[in-house]
Amino acid sequence: MTDSVEFESSMMSVPDKTLLGLYWTMLRIRKVQLKIAEHYHEDEMHTPVHLCIGQEAIAAGVCANLRTEDYVFSNHRGHGHYLAKGGDLNALIAELHNKEKGCSRGRGGSMHLIDTSVGLLGSSSIVGGGVPIATGAALGAVLRKSDQVSVAFLGDAATEEGIVFESISFAVLKQLPVIFVCENNFYAVYTPLNKRQSHDDIYRHFEGLSIPCFRVDGNNVLETYSIAQEAIERARSGDGPSFLECRTYRMTDHHGGESGVEVGYRTQAEVDHWSAKCPVECYERFLIEKRVLSFEDVKVVGDQIDSEIESAFEYARSSPLPDGDGVLRYVMAE
Amino acid sequence: MDWSKNLIEEYELNSGIDIANETRKVSYTVAVREALDYALAEDESIFVMGQGVDDPSGMFGITLDLDKKYGSHRVFDTPLSENALTGIAIGASLTGMRPVYMHNRPDFLLMAMDQIVNHASKWSYMFGGHISVPIVIHATVGRGWGGAAQHTQTLQGLFMHVPGLHLVMPSTPFDAKGLILSAIADNNPTIIIEHRWLYRQSGHVPEGPYAIPFGRGVVRRIGKDVTIVAISYMVVEAMQAAEELSAEGINVEIIDPRTLKPLDEEIILQSVQKTGRLIIADTGWKTGGVGAEIAAMVAEKGFEYLKAPVKRVASLDIPTPACYVLEDRFYAGKANIVSCCKEILSVNTY
Ligand SMILES: Cc1ncc(C[n+]2csc(CCOP(=O)(O)OP(=O)(O)O)c2C)c(N)n1
Ligand SMILES: [Mg+2]
Repeated sequence: MTDSVEFESSMMSVPDKTLLGLYWTMLRIRKVQLKIAEHYHEDEMHTPVHLCIGQEAIAAGVCANLRTEDYVFSNHRGHGHYLAKGGDLNALIAELHNKEKGCSRGRGGSMHLIDTSVGLLGSSSIVGGGVPIATGAALGAVLRKSDQVSVAFLGDAATEEGIVFESISFAVLKQLPVIFVCENNFYAVYTPLNKRQSHDDIYRHFEGLSIPCFRVDGNNVLETYSIAQEAIERARSGDGPSFLECRTYRMTDHHGGESGVEVGYRTQAEVDHWSAKCPVECYERFLIEKRVLSFEDVKVVGDQIDSEIESAFEYARSSPLPDGDGVLRYVMAE
Repeated sequence: MDWSKNLIEEYELNSGIDIANETRKVSYTVAVREALDYALAEDESIFVMGQGVDDPSGMFGITLDLDKKYGSHRVFDTPLSENALTGIAIGASLTGMRPVYMHNRPDFLLMAMDQIVNHASKWSYMFGGHISVPIVIHATVGRGWGGAAQHTQTLQGLFMHVPGLHLVMPSTPFDAKGLILSAIADNNPTIIIEHRWLYRQSGHVPEGPYAIPFGRGVVRRIGKDVTIVAISYMVVEAMQAAEELSAEGINVEIIDPRTLKPLDEEIILQSVQKTGRLIIADTGWKTGGVGAEIAAMVAEKGFEYLKAPVKRVASLDIPTPACYVLEDRFYAGKANIVSCCKEILSVNTY
C-alpha cells in the first residue's frame, strides 16, 4: 500500500456534483463520529458505540450509487451506513441517547439502526447475522419483480462465519441483486486478521463460488464509488451479486472514542501509517487541488454540518425517554 | 392480510366452526397441503421453500405438486444452509413477502437458531416496532424406526422460551389447516411443529378456508376428575388413555392448547379449577420443558385449585436411542398417562 490515496484514475467520469456529494457525506459521517466521541464519556449515551472514523469512504462510496428504495443492511459499526443511505440524523442521535424519538424508539441503541423510509431495514450486531437478511431482501425484490438492489455491509471477521459463505452461495445460485461489501479493517476487536485467517486477501475466499470479487482501496472514495457502481449496475440489470473487499482501518478503538494504542494491541506507528491515508482529508486535499472545492467551501460546508449536528444533539438531549410502561410494546407486531 | 383477517373475524362470529356437521374427511397431510394451496392462490407475496418441497414425494405429501401449480419461483427447493436460508426468509419478509420455510425435522432448526432467536424473534422489538417479520417455519417431528438422537427431537421447549415467536402445535387435520392459515397471515415469526405420527390421521376438514386464532385451546374431552393438558401427538395418547380410564370410572378432561405461544391459560385454569388435578403430557423432554412452564403457570395463577401436586408425562431426559427396546422406554404414552392419572388421584391433600 502507498502512503497516500491516489484518486486521479477513478475520477474521470464522475460529475462535480457527485464529487462534492461524496465529500459532504464523508465529512458529515466523520463529524458526527467525532461529536459522539467527544461526548461519549459524559455517559449520556448508554449504548456501546462502534465508531467508523477512518472507514467513511466505504459507506459514502457505495451508498452514493443507491436509490432511496434500495436496501441496506448494516452491522454493529453502522452509523456511517445509516447516514450515507440517508437515515435521519436527529433519530440517530436520539437513539444513541436512548430516547423514544430515536430511530428504534430507544429499544435498539447504536447497534440497531433503522429508517424504513430510505431502505434501511435494520442492522444486526451478531457478526455476519445481517448478511443473509440482506440477501433475502434481494430475493424479495426479485420475487416482486422490482429492480431494487440490496447491500450487505460486513466486517472482515464476518467472513469467518459460515452464514456468510451460505448467503453468498445462495445469492450466486439465484443470481440475486445483492452486493456484499466487506470492510476489511484488519481487526476483530483486538485480534488482528493474521491471527484469524490464513491470508489477508479476503476477496479471494469467494472466487470459487463464481461471484465477481474485487479488492478495493476502501480509503479511496472514488475507487470505492466506481467499483460499487459497476457492481450495483450488474445487480440491477439482473447479472447477479458481487463481493467487494474494501481495505481500510478504523482510527478509533473497537468501541468508544479512544485510539486503542493505549490498550496495547496496536502500535502508534500503525495508526500513524493509516492516518496519512485518512479518507476524508486526502480526498479534501484532492478536491482542492482539482479546484472542485475551495478553502472557503470547506469552511462553509463544515460549519453547516456542525450546526446540524449541534441541533441533533440538542434535539436528542431534550427529547423524552421511553415511558417504562411501554416496555412490553413491539415484541409482537399487530 | 385482509383475507386472513376476514377469516379470523368470521371464525369469531361463529364462535367456532360447526365441525360436528362437517362431512368431508381428509388426512392430516391433505389438510396441510390445502392450507398452503389456498394461501399460495390467494396471495402473491406468499412463497414456500425448503429442502425437497418440490420433490416427487412432496415432503410427506404436504407440498405435493404445489411447485407445478404455482411455479418454481414460488415453491422452491433450497440448499441445506438452514441458518442462511432462515435469514433469507427474514430478509424477504422485511420487503413485503410472506415466506413459509419447511423442514423435514425440527433437529435441523438447531442450525438456524441464530437467525430464529437472534434475529427473527427480535427484529420487531429491536427496531421499536417499525418493521415486522411475517415468516412461517414449519417442521415435522420424526419418531421410530431407529431415527435415533438427531432425527426425532421435539424442541418446542426451546422455542417456548423465546419472546417474539409464536409457537403452534396442531394435533388434528382441522387444526393444522386453520392454524397454518393463521400463521401465514400473522405478522410475526411463527414456528409450527407437527408430528409425523399425526400425519396418519384423518379428520373432518372443511373444504374452504378458515383460520383458527392463536391462543385459543380446545377441550378435546370433557371430564371431572383430572385435567390432562396434552401437546401435539400426546393428544392421541391421552385420548386413548381416557378411554381406558373411563372403563374404570375415571373421567379425565383433555385440553389441547393448540398454540404454546400464545398459551390459552384461561382454558387450562378453568379446567383445573373444576378437576383440582393437573397432568401435562408433552412429546418433549421433561426438564425445563413445556410441562414445566405450564405447571409453573398453574402454580402461580391457580394454586388454590390444586388438590394434588402437578405431574408431568414426558420423554426421558436422554437423547433418543435407536433400538426399539430402549426407544419404548424413552417415549411416554398411553400407559404412562394412565398410571399417572391413578397416582394423582391417590393423593388427597386438602
Ligand atoms: C457471532 C458473534 N461473535 C462474536 C461477537 C463479538 N464481536 C462483536 S464485534 C466483533 C468484531 C467484528 O469484527 P469485524 O467483523 O471485522 O467488524 P469490525 O468490528 O472490525 O468493524 C466481535 C468479535 C459478535 N457480536 N457476534
Ligand atoms: Mg474488522
